[in-house]
Parts: sequence; structure tokens; C-alpha cells
Amino acid sequence: MAEALLEIRDLKIEATSYPPGERPRDVVLVDGVSLTLQKGRVLGLIGESGAGKSTIGLSAMAYGRGGVRLTGGTIRLRGDEIRTASAAGLRAIRGQRVTYVAQSAAAAFNPAKKLMEQVIETTLLHGLASRTEAEARAVALFAKLGLPNPDTFGQRFPHQVSGGQLQRAMTAMALCPKPDLVIFDEPTTALDVTTQIDVLAAIKEAIRDTGVGALYITHDLAVVAQVSDDIMVLRHGKMVEYGSVDQIINAPREAYTQALISVRQMEHPEKPAEAPVVLSVGQVTARYRGTHFDVLKNVSVDLRAGQTLAVVGESGSGKSTLARAITGLLPPRSGTIRFAGRELSRDLAGRSKDDLRELQMIYQMADVAMNPRHTVGQIIGRPLEFYFGLKGAAKQTRIQQLLDEIEMGRGFADRYPAELSGGQKQRVCIARALAAKPRLIICDEVTSALDPLVADGILKLLLDLQKVEGVAYLFITHDLATVKAIADSIAVMYRGAVVRYGAKSDVLAPPYDDYTDLLLSSVPEMRLGWLEEVIASRRMESAGN
Amino acid sequence: MHPVVKLVAQRIALGMLLLLAASVLIFAGTQILPGDVAQAILGQQATPVALANLRAQMGLDQPAYIRYFEWLFGVLHGDLGHSLANGQDVAGEIMGRLGNTLFLASTAAVIAVPTAILLGLVSVRYQGRWPDKVISAVTLSTVSVPEFLLGYILMYLFAVEYPIAPSVAMVDDTMGLLAKLHAVLLPATVLVLVVLGHMMRMTRAAILNVMQSAYIETAELKGIRPFLVIFRHAFPNAISPVVNVVMINLAYLVVGVVVVEVVFVYPGMGQYLVDHVAKRDVPVVQACGLVFAAIYIGLNMLADVISILANPRLRHPK
Repeated sequence: MAEALLEIRDLKIEATSYPPGERPRDVVLVDGVSLTLQKGRVLGLIGESGAGKSTIGLSAMAYGRGGVRLTGGTIRLRGDEIRTASAAGLRAIRGQRVTYVAQSAAAAFNPAKKLMEQVIETTLLHGLASRTEAEARAVALFAKLGLPNPDTFGQRFPHQVSGGQLQRAMTAMALCPKPDLVIFDEPTTALDVTTQIDVLAAIKEAIRDTGVGALYITHDLAVVAQVSDDIMVLRHGKMVEYGSVDQIINAPREAYTQALISVRQMEHPEKPAEAPVVLSVGQVTARYRGTHFDVLKNVSVDLRAGQTLAVVGESGSGKSTLARAITGLLPPRSGTIRFAGRELSRDLAGRSKDDLRELQMIYQMADVAMNPRHTVGQIIGRPLEFYFGLKGAAKQTRIQQLLDEIEMGRGFADRYPAELSGGQKQRVCIARALAAKPRLIICDEVTSALDPLVADGILKLLLDLQKVEGVAYLFITHDLATVKAIADSIAVMYRGAVVRYGAKSDVLAPPYDDYTDLLLSSVPEMRLGWLEEVIASRRMESAGN
Repeated sequence: MHPVVKLVAQRIALGMLLLLAASVLIFAGTQILPGDVAQAILGQQATPVALANLRAQMGLDQPAYIRYFEWLFGVLHGDLGHSLANGQDVAGEIMGRLGNTLFLASTAAVIAVPTAILLGLVSVRYQGRWPDKVISAVTLSTVSVPEFLLGYILMYLFAVEYPIAPSVAMVDDTMGLLAKLHAVLLPATVLVLVVLGHMMRMTRAAILNVMQSAYIETAELKGIRPFLVIFRHAFPNAISPVVNVVMINLAYLVVGVVVVEVVFVYPGMGQYLVDHVAKRDVPVVQACGLVFAAIYIGLNMLADVISILANPRLRHPK
């Protein structure tokens, strides 16, 4: 058998942790991981956050983020041991033999430099080609990856192109020095589904045509099933299961792998449209101050008491702006917002304390939505004091009740947000919203930053709380699996307008409008060959037109 | 119109407005100073008639706002008035003094700015290691010593013990460039030491801030040498804060050199101002104040303009 492109044996990776008020101690991030990658093959690394997948990916460049140290095992690149290589030896490997595609290309490109300069930088730096040759190579890659105007694309600055285009440009940057191995670290996670599918297809084609080996890191099993030959499932820095993509998807052996596959398949039976309407948005049009176009155009939706309206759309579709208009943070230019039978003032300043209390909000980034210097008890206790004037023992009792409701132990009242996990932080935010006894909670992408299994837990909690408290949710999300799991009715938004609205069973059943069809067909499915099928059927459609 | 042109024009217009406001403040400030100029000139023994005559002659019997506009009108036509103390033309006198001050300041700046930025880059490269610590300690100690003390120490060391430069920095128009540079060696060194620490620390902080960005990791993963990562990838994104602190220090070099000029008896603006404040020479004080304000506002305006031009989002809109 030919020499493996990448061979990792018994990899051990450690870092020093600095817990507040305690002595620094070493923690093991990755332990005993071994893998083999042959030339031209793609290995998917999959797991939740903290599983060590990015850390393992970067170890193929012998790079440790922050204070991360590669402390044991061997990492062989075409037989050369790189874990113990010198700094100069590593510089010759990085950017030349192994390259990296980051999750957020928007942050990973230097904003002060033109794209071309950055794409050909390593090729020139390592003396792999002349400037003219390197530029020609970059233009050819831009064309292969389907970027618009490949000849002039490189003359733009990163802020002048879209997120999907940047992600392709980053792939071009990784392929330009003709590396042996490319590490893709969640390259499509930050993209909209309709953009993701094109980038995914472009990456897959580029890998096939150039014959490089690739490590493909993602938390989304459905995505990795489309591009990989083999998959390694990781958890807490240890290997759970390692096999061909066919075996992992169709015949997973480990319980954890099975859980990952069955995740996001929650189904929620739709409630009948009987309850009274609690929120009625009528013909709302809004724009941001100092701009000249409407970000919301004649939006009308109703939400019934104790039910969930999911607002779905891509980034920039106006779904979060709708939440801002309803909460009064962005006064609409025209239209009405009726809530619990009364018309709300458009402006936040014109709303009563009860208006504010009955309409609460939960955000995507739970950790920035909490004061890091307040304990959980203080965070939950604040609305109790502010809205109900609760003090002393009464307040403490209510805090304990709320902690029970979000299924967290009573000991959590004295902890600080920094000591909580992502899912626990979001639970505290839910408790804070519930503390006000609201009729409506606006949930803005509340599960988007969470791992799938944790997100499922949050969705279940929200549904249980809805049963008990009778609270309505306006649930903003870009994720259709989440919609299926929680919604009673759905509004699909596109460029500031509602393009499809109705009960869940109606919205998710054909005949579809063009946009909803595109959106639904772009959601990756957990089976082999899905990507090829969708791309082929789209090509046929556009050929037919 | 290109948005950058609009932004730059806005900055310049704002600068002009600020300068106008500063002129009002300077004029008002000199008006509320206690004492009477006529009394000061004629002395305690002057008769009321003589005082009234002098006031009328100097226009002091007019209301303040009329005198302000007359002064402003003069300033706009290059007439800064005449010194009350010796009757000389203020504009002519200031030109020579300002030239000397600018010479000293720019000598210091030419050395201090590149040195500070280079030391900042080196500190970032060796962050937390000994070069960083040495640079921090040395620059911090030179900033902490009062400038007059620094001046006297240098004077003692390099003019008295090991005489390589004059202790009195006298320059005049007949001297050649080298002779002038030799004359200002000690005061320029003091100024360099005073501004170096601030600029170096702010450069270091601004670049370290940028070093947290994802694109720095991208550069490291490209196998680029650490110093090149800092210089090519981090520094261009830290230009705006660096330019701002450089300009504040340049303004200080012009406006704040009074003490150093007095210590080294250097014939610059600071000396001139101090001499005439003592004599309650209002036209000179007003003129010096206005020149200082113009330099301060001008340099900060320049910092804003460079920051705008250094921002690719503004230079190349979508």
C-alpha cells in the first residue's frame, strides 16, 4: 500500500485551563486519536463543540490555537513527522503542503488587503510560482469555483463580496499553492442554506478535480455525508466511531452516533387554530434611520395565544427586524401592532410597563445577553423586582420555582454566567423571560448557536413550558428542522416581505412558490448522493426554462 | 461624489468651525483677564484723561464683540496686530519663532515616530518576553521623569561632563542645517524621550488588539514569519489608532514645548508666549493662542483624514 498522506497515531493534545479562583491545571483536549488519510480522499470529522474536531484538524498543521499543546503521539505527513518539527520546518509545511479553510471567511480574510494579494500570498512566499503564474492559477480557481468575473474578482476587497463568495475565495486561497492536504473547518456553517448548497457543490468538485486530500470538519452529519469518503465521530476529545460514510450513516454502531443521526427529527403536532389571537401585525412597513429602502414591506401575521409562529428566512430577510418592530425598538413607518386586544404604541417610549412585561425576548447569543457580573439568581430576580416588586423570601422562592421550571438545580442561583454551558445559559435567559409572566416571548434564533442535541433539549423545554404557562412564541429561525419541531404556523420571509404564510401543514405542503421550494430543497438530507441529486435536478430545471 | 471626498470635506469644514470657536474662546479669555492694558502701559500715576485717550486710541472703548470682529478681520488678512510692549508687528515676529519651534518639533518627530512604531512592532513580536519588558520599562521611565529634569540631566551629562552639544540651544537664520541640528540636539532628545513611550505603548496596544483577529490566524497558518505577520497583516489594520496617537504627540511637540524651550533658552513660540504673558501683551497672547489652536486642530484633522483614507470600506465602497 502506498504511503499515507496523513497518518496520526495516539494523538494527545493538552491545554492549560485557568479556572477562576483556582490553580491553573492541565486539561486533556484530545486523547488517543488515530486516523489515516490517503491521497485524494476526504475524511469527515464530526462532533459537538468541545469534541476536539477543530483541534485535531489544526494538528495536521502542527498548530495549536492559543495555549493548546500537541503533547503526544505522532503526526506524519507523507512519512515526515511534523509534531516535533522546528518552527522553520513548520513554516515550510503550513500554507504550502497543508492549507486551511476557516469557518468564517468574512473574519479570516484581512480587511485591508485585496483578495488577489491574499490568495496568491503563500504561493509567492514559498517561491512556488512567479506572480504572473500565481495570478493565472488564482483566476482559474475563481472560475472553477463559480465566482463571478474571475478575471477581476481578485481586485476586490473582502467587504465588497458576499459571504458565500468569500467562502469560495478562501477555498481558492487554500488550493492555489497546490497543497497535498486541505483542512476545511466548518466552511459552510455560517452560510444560508440556499448559499451553502452551491458552496458545498463547488468545494466537492474542486477537491475531486485537484485530487487533494481533505479533512472536513463539521457538526452537521447531513453535510459531511455529502462530501466525505470516511467519517470519524468524536466526543469529548475521544474517538467514538470511525468508518466509511455509508456505514456511519446507514448502519451506525455506537449509541452516540445514532443519537446524532436521529437529532433534529422532532415532530410537533400542529395545534388547531382555535385560541384567540394574541398578536396581530397589520401591514407593517419599516426602515432603518438614514436609509432609503424598506426592510419590512407590508408584513401582516397573526399569532394565537399559547401557540408558536415560526418566522423563517435567510440572513437579511427582515425576520429580526420584524422582532424589533414588534418590541418597539424600531418604530414602523406605517401599519399596526395589536397585542392582547389593544393597539401598541409604535414607539418603545409610548408603551406601558405592562406592555413591556407581557412581551419578552430571548436572544441568539445567551452569553452576551446576560450581565457577566451578576449571578443567575440576580439575573432571574431582576424582572421579579422590576415588574412585581418581589423582595426577600418571596423573591427567592420564585427564583427557585423558575430554576425548577428550566430543569436546573437550585444550586445554580449562586453561579455566574461564565460557569455555565451554552445550553444552561440559554435556559437562564428563558427563565428570565418567564419571570415576567409574559403572554408572548419572541425567540430570536435561540438554538442557532447550540449543538444539535442541546438545541433539541431547549426546544423540548420551550414546548413543555408552553403547555404549562400558555405562553405564545414568535420563533425566528433560519433552520427548517427547528421549524418542524416547534411551529404551529409559519411565515416565510424573503427580502422584507412575507412570501408564504399559514398553518404549518399548509406551508410545508406543495404546491410551493419558487422561493419556498428553493429553501426547502436546499436543506441537506441525511443520505448519500443527496447533493448530486439536487444539483442535477436544478440544472435540468434551468435547462428546461 | 465619492463618499471619501464628502467625508474628508466634512472633516475639514468641522475643523474650520472648531478653529472659529477656539478664536472666540481665546479672545474672551484675554478679555476677562484682570487688569487694564492702558493702566499697565501708563502706570499708576496716569490721569483719567490720559487713560481714556489711550483706550480710545487702542479701540478699547468699543464693545467687546466689535473688537472681536475687528481682530478676526485682521487675522483673516494676515494682520495679527502690534505688540503692546514694543510695538513690533506680531505676525512678523511669530513667523520666525514658529519656524524655530517647527524645526525643533519636526527634528524630534522624525526620530520619535519611526522609532516608536518600530519598538511597538518589536514589543508585539516578543510579547511578554524580555525585549518587550525592556522596551516597556525604558520608555515608561523616560515618560515618568519631568521634562525639565530630563533636560537638566542631559545638559549635565552631555554639555558639562562630556561636552558634545551646547547647553543653550541658540539658532539663527545664518546657521546651516548641520549647525542647527547640533544646536537642538539636547532639546530634541528630551522631546523624543518624552513622546516615545506614549506612542510606543499605544502602537503596541493597537496591534495587540488586531492580533486577536481570525485573519491573523489565517496568516500564521500560511507559514508567514511572525514579524511579517505583524507588519503586513496586523499593522495595516491598526493604522487608524496609531495615526491618532501620533498626531496627538506631534501636536504636543509643537504646543507643549514651552518648558523645554525655556530650559534650553530656545527662541521658539513657547519662550515668546511666556515672555509676553508676563507683560500682559494681549495681541501677542491672542496670536500665539490662535496659532497653537490651529496647529492642534489641523493635526487632529489630518489624523481623521488619514484614518478615513486608511479604511478600505470607505475608500472602496460596495
